[in-house]
Amino acid sequence: MADSNAKPGQPKPGVLLDIRNLRIEATVYPPGEAPKNIVLVHDVSLTLEKGKVLGLIGESGAGKSTIGLSSMGYGRGGVRITGGEVILNGRDILKGGKEGFRKLRGREVCYVAQSAAAAFNPAHRLMDQVVEATLLHGTATRAEAEKRAVALFRKLSLPNPETIGERFPHQVSGGQLQRVMTAMALCSEPDLIVFDEPTTALDVTTQIDVLAAIKDAIRDTHVAALYITHDLAVVAQVSDEIMVLRHGRLVEWGGTRQIIKEPRQEYTNALVSVHEIEHQEQNPGATPFLSVKNVTAAYGGGHVKVLKNVSVDIYPGQTLAVVGESGSGKSTLARAITGLLPPEQGTVTFDGRPLANRLAGRPKEDLRQLQMIYQMADVAMNPRQTVGTIIGRPLEFYFGMRGRERDKRVAELLDEIEMGKGFVDRYPAELSGGQKQRVCIARSLAAKPKLIICDEVTSALDPLVANGILKLLLDLQQHEKVAYLFITHDLATVKSIADSIAVMYRGEVVRYGSKSKVLTPPFDAYTDLLLSSVPEMEIGWLEKAIKGRRMASAGN
Amino acid sequence: MSSPILKLIAQRIALGILLLLAISVLIFAGTQILPGDVAQAILGQSATPESLANLREQLGLNDPAYVRYFHWLGGVLTGDLGTAMSSGQDIATSIKGRLWNTLFLAFWAAIVAIPLAITLGLIAVRFRNGWVDKLISGLALASTSFPEFFIGYLLVFYFAVQHQWFPAISTVYDGMPFGERMQAIALPATALTLVVLAHMMRMTRAAILNVMQSAYVETAELKGLSAFAVIRKHAFPNAIAPIINVVMLNLAYLIVGVVVVEVIFVYPGMGQYLVDHVTKRDVPVVQAVGLIFAAVYISLNIIADIAAIVANPRLRHPK
Repeated sequence: MADSNAKPGQPKPGVLLDIRNLRIEATVYPPGEAPKNIVLVHDVSLTLEKGKVLGLIGESGAGKSTIGLSSMGYGRGGVRITGGEVILNGRDILKGGKEGFRKLRGREVCYVAQSAAAAFNPAHRLMDQVVEATLLHGTATRAEAEKRAVALFRKLSLPNPETIGERFPHQVSGGQLQRVMTAMALCSEPDLIVFDEPTTALDVTTQIDVLAAIKDAIRDTHVAALYITHDLAVVAQVSDEIMVLRHGRLVEWGGTRQIIKEPRQEYTNALVSVHEIEHQEQNPGATPFLSVKNVTAAYGGGHVKVLKNVSVDIYPGQTLAVVGESGSGKSTLARAITGLLPPEQGTVTFDGRPLANRLAGRPKEDLRQLQMIYQMADVAMNPRQTVGTIIGRPLEFYFGMRGRERDKRVAELLDEIEMGKGFVDRYPAELSGGQKQRVCIARSLAAKPKLIICDEVTSALDPLVANGILKLLLDLQQHEKVAYLFITHDLATVKSIADSIAVMYRGEVVRYGSKSKVLTPPFDAYTDLLLSSVPEMEIGWLEKAIKGRRMASAGN
Repeated sequence: MSSPILKLIAQRIALGILLLLAISVLIFAGTQILPGDVAQAILGQSATPESLANLREQLGLNDPAYVRYFHWLGGVLTGDLGTAMSSGQDIATSIKGRLWNTLFLAFWAAIVAIPLAITLGLIAVRFRNGWVDKLISGLALASTSFPEFFIGYLLVFYFAVQHQWFPAISTVYDGMPFGERMQAIALPATALTLVVLAHMMRMTRAAILNVMQSAYVETAELKGLSAFAVIRKHAFPNAIAPIINVVMLNLAYLIVGVVVVEVIFVYPGMGQYLVDHVTKRDVPVVQAVGLIFAAVYISLNIIADIAAIVANPRLRHPK
């Protein structure tokens, strides 16, 4: 549809933003090499009509944020716009210079950032920040602007709209802050808002509320929007059109229905059908090798109880998925099992004998049997060690391997994670996000453990890369008979990997059993909320989901 | 004001008092270790053993050390700092005027130096890595790298000897008119300003640059604020705690570290008083001045801590 009438050179009535052959470059400084120029965006063109929403979608490095920010003439870091035109309201803003950019930022185009918690200044009250742009550009008096802000707070269904502006950012929850940020963008009545992953940092149950609030606000104020995200299911709820980007190039551009139902490009198809791993659930064996019994744990010397009477079992070679929102105690459970946070009550038994509560009380053999992989692969590795050293370390530590024997084993492990021998001498900084996570997996496998605790290991990765990691983990489980305790907030991931599931809510296990049992109705209220909040790639899902809910999410 | 803040502040003040007591013990012990005997020092080599014994009795020198310490401490707490051996004058009386002079000089140096340093820091951030930034940093570092006596004599040579705009000797006396007094302290105050400027400026620049990476600075830029408004309104308030810390350290230096500058300009302040009495081995005066310097240092650091606590919105406005 849109691509058929986007002809360069002809201003069209009703067109707000017309980006033509945009080219964006940056200078990178690779370690040990001369600085070089790289092209981030290759001749991308797009048009956006007044009051319409265009979704920009792609993996990290696709250039979607860079394109979004170019509509405000802004380049992050050393990013430069080196070619093309950005025509906003009939004029090329790239010709306006610094003064011109300042006049349009916060007046014609506003920005909603991914993490509102970081994007609000901790030193100022919310109201002062919300009306700042309006006052700066002189489009309203302070009293008018504040009245408008309160009306927007109400529209975005924030609690206490009259007084929430008096609060400081740290006094308001993440989901609410994201809505305040949307109000801030709408307050100066701009023509265009750039939403840059506005719900990505939120829990699913909070995301659905924020998404609905944003959608209503866009509809009622008739503002146009560029909606940037890596999640097709999310963008399908708010956009009129979707543009798929990859490596700074346009892949496909079309109406929302066409992109998600009839993708024309192979890459779009891969994005649409991601997460469809068929995993046949295994029946639990006779005896679990690791049992967590009635564990209660707390931080702050017993003041803040984060785990309440938690019991789960893990069977050899199987996967237990622990799901829940942030703050539900999932990672604390892992810390209690590994001994990093000694439980106040309850026991962890391993192979029929109790494990010492404290890490310091456990023999080396127990340490070897339980390994961990983390969300942030790059900070879990020493940046000054090569891949070979990193993977070789547990071989030396646990098995006393040296020299050629160790190198041979490292090569085997690299083979198992589908990375070639060429990576032995690389440093973590020279690897991609998915490769880094693979090295962490190899490091934990090197210890030949019975259990690997995977703490949100795919959350920081792009969907397609995450999928590759999940497939790898499943393959390794088959070969090595290793069990996983898989901590995640992402239910789609759970479906593709788990044999049994524990749903956690505020430190308690609210639902526990085999995958098929947990995911079959009737549900308890919380599991129902969690399951119904996962965005589905279907137009109109959002409205249906909001209507069908039995319980309000905790983030409000 | 909320209770967690009051609790934190009370903790800081209590710690400060404890620290000051510990330092008073150290100062007292230090002067006890010094060789020599006060009675001997007062009466000189020709004293008879009887008169020495009498004076020792009179001064309480035969009492155990801890009794003398508490005696001294009790005196300090009631405002009695003892008498100077060399002149026989009451120390509290002679210190009062000099402490006032030192504070006067430090005050005017600070009034110039602190706003100047912070403004230069803000400008350096605004034009970071450009020639303005490099010029400011270069000049400030150069002025700090020169020893203060060198700067002092340079100022005397140029402004007092060659141009005779200001006096080379900063004599002040009671009842001196304000204008003359200001003229007298112009050169030492300038020397002090140049010495402390760079440290505060560099820390301001570093603290703000640290904050400039934050997402909220980008938010401010995307609202269309000018570069300087972004720094002043959004970066500076979040960099205030480290800046206050370094400002207070330098304020403390202006009061307790001015010895060299006071001697160069023959300014009748605490530093000169201390140097005079160290050469005369006048132990009670050294003790008293040491304790006052420690008190100034500790209280300024307490103020820095409290200011940093109060500047934190998370502590000022708990959830």
